[in-house]
Order: sequence, then C-alpha cells, then structure tokens
Amino acid sequence: MDVRKISKLANLTLTQDEEDLFAKQFVDTLLVVDQLKEVDTTDIKLTSQVTNLENVTRPDFVDTTRVLSQAESLANAKNTYKGYFIVKQVIDK
Amino acid sequence: MTKAIHHYTAIELLAELKAKRLTVLEVSKHYLQRIEKYNPVLNVYLSINQNLLEEAQAADEEIKRGSGKPLLGLLIAVKDNFLTKGLPTTASSLILKDYYPPYESTVTKKLLDAGAIILGKTNMDAWAHGSSTESSQYGPTLNPWDLSRLSGGSSGGSAAAISAQLAPIAIGSETSGSIRQPAAWCGVTGFKPSYGRVSRYGVISMASSTDSPGPITRDIADAALITSIIAGQDRYDATSSPKPVDKYLDLLTKKDLKGMKIGLVKEYLLSSMKVEVKSLIQNAAEKFKELGAQVEEISLMDPKYAIGVYTVIQRSEVSSNLARFDGIRYGNGRELFGDEAKRRIMLGTFTLSAGYYDAYYKKAMAVRTKIINEFENTFKTYDAIIGAVSPGPAQKVGATKNEPMFGEMEDVLINPTSLSGLTGVSTPCGFVDGLPIGLQITGNQFEETKILNIAKVYQDSTDFIKYPDQFN
Repeated sequence: MDVRKISKLANLTLTQDEEDLFAKQFVDTLLVVDQLKEVDTTDIKLTSQVTNLENVTRPDFVDTTRVLSQAESLANAKNTYKGYFIVKQVIDK
Repeated sequence: MTKAIHHYTAIELLAELKAKRLTVLEVSKHYLQRIEKYNPVLNVYLSINQNLLEEAQAADEEIKRGSGKPLLGLLIAVKDNFLTKGLPTTASSLILKDYYPPYESTVTKKLLDAGAIILGKTNMDAWAHGSSTESSQYGPTLNPWDLSRLSGGSSGGSAAAISAQLAPIAIGSETSGSIRQPAAWCGVTGFKPSYGRVSRYGVISMASSTDSPGPITRDIADAALITSIIAGQDRYDATSSPKPVDKYLDLLTKKDLKGMKIGLVKEYLLSSMKVEVKSLIQNAAEKFKELGAQVEEISLMDPKYAIGVYTVIQRSEVSSNLARFDGIRYGNGRELFGDEAKRRIMLGTFTLSAGYYDAYYKKAMAVRTKIINEFENTFKTYDAIIGAVSPGPAQKVGATKNEPMFGEMEDVLINPTSLSGLTGVSTPCGFVDGLPIGLQITGNQFEETKILNIAKVYQDSTDFIKYPDQFN
C-alpha cells in the first residue's frame, strides 16, 4: 500500500515515523481481511444497509425550527470574517 | 445496609421522586458529591452539567405541580458523542475540544422532553474507535472492579458510570460491541436495540450502517423504560424504522422461558477463551433450560470472517464520515486526529480507493449478506442465541498498545450481530478472578420485546448483578 498517496487522499499529514508504523500495521490488518477470500460469494448480492427501507423522502418544506441563525452557524468556527467562514485558498490568483 | 440514593434503579428513583420521599435536588447533590470524590480516580465524566442544580430545582417544582412526564427528574449520563445543546461535546477528541453543539441529538431531546436531566458527558474511545477507552484523547476510563484494568469501550465511561454508581442511567452507542462489551467488562446491563430502532440524528457518526444508540443500566427493567422513550422513527434520520415501538416496560411480563428455543453458538466458544469463561456460558445455558427453554447447540459461520467484514466496512464508513472534520466550520484541524482515527481513516480510504474497492469493499458487502442470511435462517427456528459478549474479562491498562486490531479481537463475538443490525443484551453471568463476565442474548431485528423478556427472566432468577465494594 502506498501510505503517502493514501494520506494525501485522506487529507492527513503524516510524519515519516507514522508512515512507517502504519505501513507495517496495515499489512497485518489486511492479512486478517484477506481471510474473506475463503468465503464463496458467487452470486451473492451486496449489503450496504440493513433497514430494507428504500427511497426515503421527506416533505419538501423548510423546517424553520431547525434552521440555524448565522451567529449560531459561525459560533464554533475558529476563523471568520464579517460573518463568513474563512477557507483555504483553492483557486490560483 | 440502608439503601443509599445511588443504590436505586431508575424506576425506583422515579417512584421515590413522585411520592416526594426524595427530591431531585437531593439526588443531584448526592451524585455530584460522588462524582467529585470518584471521578478523579476513574475518569468517567469529561464534563458535568453546570446548570444541574437549577434544573433539579425546576424539576422539583414541576413534580409539585403534578406532571405526567415519564422521566421527570431522572439524572442521565450521556456518552460524549451525542450532541447536547449548551453542553460541550468532544467525542473524546481534541478536534472537538471546545465544541458546543448548536442543536440537540434526537435521543437526548427525547430524554429531555420526557423530563430527564443530563448529569454529564462520559468518556469514550475517541470518535468511538475502540473497545477500551484507551484511544480517548483525555485518558482512559478505569474499571471500577480493578483500577489496573480498562472499562472497555467505546462507551466505557457510560458503563463505568453505572458500575461505580455515579449515575442511575447512562446512554451509550454501539457500532459493534460499544454498548455490550463495556457493560460486560464493568458488570452492568447493556442493551443494543436493532439498527434503525433508535435515531442516529445528532450522534457523531462512526459507521453509519451499524451505529445504534442504547442504554447502559442497573437492570433490564431500566433498559426497557429508557428504550421505550428513545426508540422510534425520526424524520431527521432516514434510516430510522417506521415500525411502531412496543411499550417495552409494560410488556416485561414473562415469568419463565417455557416454549422458548435458544441457540448456544458453538463457534462463539472460542478455543482461545479461558475455560472459566466457557463454563459460565455453559452454566447460563443450563439456567435457561431450568427456566423452561429448549437450548440447543447451533453452528454459525466462524466469527473470524465477521472481523474482516467489519474492519473493511467500518473503516470505509469512518473515512467518509470523518472527512467533514476540516477545522473550517467547527473544531480544530485534522492534524489533531489521534493515531487510531488516522489509522482507520487511512485504511478506509484505501479500501474505497480505485483498484481496491472490488477486492475489499465489495467482497465485505457480499460476506455481510451471507452473515445476515445465516441469522435469518437461525431465527426461523430459534428465539434467541446466546454466547459470551467478550472472549474474557476486562484487560489491563496499556493492552491496546501496538494492537491495531484490539477492538475487533475483543468484539469478535459481537461483530456478526452488529453487521446484521440485530438487537441484543449484555447481562452479567458470573465472575472470573473477581472480574465480571457478560452473557449476550441476541435476537432478530426488532425483537426487542422478546430479548428484553428473556434477559429479565434470566436476571430475576440469577444473582450476578453486583457493585464493586470500593464504590458502593
């Protein structure tokens, strides 16, 4: 496994020590997971959820009881500016 | 010994309050004193409700006025991954160190609406990743039975709160074992409702396809009471079930187990398990027979495969759920994730990445189907299955070091049932070397009433519910 590439995909910055440790631990974990190959799953459908519910929708109206005010929305942000969240620059100037 | 306030079950306490033999204020002061004394030893609570005494007084006023609220004045310890408006919610992580939720989880809202008061927020594995509380970024919760041991997890603080009698009721959440395993290690009652029975809204997501909130209590009747309040469809959680909710407490009517068919799962008596643990499970099976049940040894898929399925599915869902913690809208930056969270996010990112999705994620989803099918068949014949909750008693502090699969190994006997969305109880069934052992009684999806009844009959006819002397 390319630990550095995965950390980039996961938006995590790892130290070299962490990369080395995780690389070793992932090998051990995947050995446990690889036992699944012993199970015959030919023609078995895939399970992504166990509720048996399908296409659950809600009425199309605005529930004002759960709308957060601007102040409430910003209350937990570390960096705000004039009522906005400050985000990292993602587009070149 | 006269009965102290902390010896009452929730049901008894509510009766005392209603009869005005106790006030909510005195109960609150009593628990605050105990917490002040014992929390520095055990590390059960991460925060205490600073308005507790005012809320207690208000509840006393409401009791005087006469109120029909079913939990009026009941103090509840809540795991710190439930969003509680006005109370800090950290999920035992540094990322959410100073986080104050702007809204209330459905579970706590229902409890508050029923008149309950939040006593405090309990320690857990960070983000609920683990079965020890050692991954908490605020230190582990110690086991009230032996301070050199762990409380289990991830709801370790909630389980220890009941065992050390620092709350009459606690709320936990389980993705796979996180209610039942700490309940087993601390010698208390843990109840995991079926997936979809209790809303996940406002619970910090771990693995969205198995997360299930539930109570940790002194006994089954208390668990039935709390579940009847918190269960039900929620329009804010599309995976919550529209099935009507039973009045679990009123339906705890069984006096014996006549006519019940119980499966004792052969594969769950692991070869690695201590012989004393195995004999406690065999004793429980004998007890079930005495109580009139027909107990048969049954065979299910080797639980080692459930570990593989759980590892892939849980890590994958974690990597997606924890992507939202970017330090922009709330919380600190991703550099504050601990090792366990980083490991899980990384592995999940890998199993979902191009080229590996089929080999890992799809394979896990297919084996999950096989596990579910097997349970479906089992429950056509059997009312419940029984086995140990955990392969052994509470492990020593430090046991998780360099063991990235610690939780999976401890929850091997629970993983298959969680992946299938089943309901189950962990109830004390004896002691090994002075440490409690938990029995799992597991039933089909939405068979809560049946499982609670079986567990109640078992608890009523055994004497394994004990509390450690040091905290009694």
